[in-house]
Amino acid sequence: MTQTKTKKLLIYFTFVSPAVLLFALIIMLPFARAIIFSFQDWDGISTDIKWVGWSNYTTIFHDSAYLKSFWFTLKYVAVSTLLVNLIGFALAIVLNMKLKTKNVLRTVYFMPHVIGTLIIGFIWQFIISQVFPQIAEWTGWHIFGVNWLSYPSYAFWALILVNVWYSAGYFMVIYIAALQGISTELLEAAQIDGVNRWQRMWHIVLPLVRNAITICLFLAITSGFKVFDLNLALTKGGPFGSTESLALHIYQDAFANNNYTLASTKAIIFFIVLGAITLIQVFAMKRKEVEM
Amino acid sequence: MKDRYGSGKLLLELFMIALGLLFLVPLYLVFINAFKRYDEILTSASSLPERFQLSNFVTVWQEMKFPTVFANSLIITVLSVLGILLFSSAAAYQLVRRPGKMSNIIFLGILSAMVIPFQTMMIPLLMVAKDFMMINNLPGIITMYWGFGIPLALFLYHGFIKGVPVELEEAATIDGSGVFGVFFRILLPLLTPITVTIAILHSLWIWNDFLLPYIVLNSKAVQTIPLASYIYFGEYMNQWHLALAAMTLAVIPIVVFFLLMQRYIIQGITAGAVKG
Repeated sequence: MTQTKTKKLLIYFTFVSPAVLLFALIIMLPFARAIIFSFQDWDGISTDIKWVGWSNYTTIFHDSAYLKSFWFTLKYVAVSTLLVNLIGFALAIVLNMKLKTKNVLRTVYFMPHVIGTLIIGFIWQFIISQVFPQIAEWTGWHIFGVNWLSYPSYAFWALILVNVWYSAGYFMVIYIAALQGISTELLEAAQIDGVNRWQRMWHIVLPLVRNAITICLFLAITSGFKVFDLNLALTKGGPFGSTESLALHIYQDAFANNNYTLASTKAIIFFIVLGAITLIQVFAMKRKEVEM
Repeated sequence: MKDRYGSGKLLLELFMIALGLLFLVPLYLVFINAFKRYDEILTSASSLPERFQLSNFVTVWQEMKFPTVFANSLIITVLSVLGILLFSSAAAYQLVRRPGKMSNIIFLGILSAMVIPFQTMMIPLLMVAKDFMMINNLPGIITMYWGFGIPLALFLYHGFIKGVPVELEEAATIDGSGVFGVFFRILLPLLTPITVTIAILHSLWIWNDFLLPYIVLNSKAVQTIPLASYIYFGEYMNQWHLALAAMTLAVIPIVVFFLLMQRYIIQGITAGAVKG
């Protein structure tokens, strides 16, 4: 009896331990060390690591570049979450109708999403810096005449534009799947009852795709907060640090300035804020979901 | 619901086609300008090249060491994904079939790591990686992808296996199959749909990932496509004819892969998002 029990335990460990060990080594150990770093002061080279208590945490709240990148990231997350979801949903509604080219169009709108965001950033650097001036020449439109990447307010919208181009098709695909889950009988019944188009959208369709909306908001918020490649490739955080995302700021602080411990503190705050926001969002929306 | 194809639909369709073409314009412009001379790009980016000359591609192909870089990306992606699939499915199998406090703690512990942003672990990870000699070599970065890929994959396998009836496995055990036989011959084939989803999600992520290679791969021999593109772009800033040829080379493999595997990719991404 004990022999089979030991054997079962052995089998359990054989199957589970590779995943657990990898997880511990690659995720838990660095994460734990990041927390420890946030209470220490270290330049990354010397053997002397000092404990400093909470002082890193008070320091970063007076770090204007960090606060600036935090503010930029919040604005970026808010605007891009809103736009990619609205546009993605609008595309989904239209491409869920019986259009002749809907399959080709779905492919086209989704395609940018398979390309890596770093390459996307470079592609748009070319479009904005080389093609926009030529469009301005033909059309005389002022908006294409200014270099979007050298003025802070334009650079912000350049990032939003590129992100919409990159992500709208992705959210469209998720929304299409949700829309296809709505039974046509329900919609037909509503029509017989004399429900108009807007009532149908507001009272029937939206509540039924609420689950998808929760997911899409979650995905847009988390990916928005983690934006890095796009900033690096398109604006390098410029002009004048105006588009430096949190992730980029932490990277620069750690590897350009060798501020390991301070950067770790910033990264811990980043984790806490992101975790809190996504938890609140998911719980707030899950409560109101309709069970079908 | 009447869904006639009237003039309203036709207008909508034409509008969507126009918008779709607008969506493709950036990629089209990168592609045609990659065949031009430098001065041709500056005078007119939208015209077709005077002649489709391949010299930009030849230069980039050699300077970027494209075959090596491509092979690195492929090896890293394939081996990382295979490992993620194997380790996660194996763990999920025992965690589901042998429930209990232990299994719960392990599952929830790994799951909760999904919310930790990469930047939070990035700095100490580099030190751990140095200690274990995982810097600047392919096995090192592959091991790291195993670690980072496991939480999502484990979560998706865990949910799927819960829906697989245990009777098949019990029947195979009675017929004399060992636990490895049950896992590899009975369970894994049943997991194929979720395996495809996980493989696609992770392949796209690892193939396109930039930051991890950027901090752990320095030497030229081990660089991936995004990393080599970044370095090349930095060196040839504003030499648009070469930069665009490099971008075209970087984009072609993944777009071809997408067009061939379209159905699976879109299904996989939807399933991954909805369950994840």
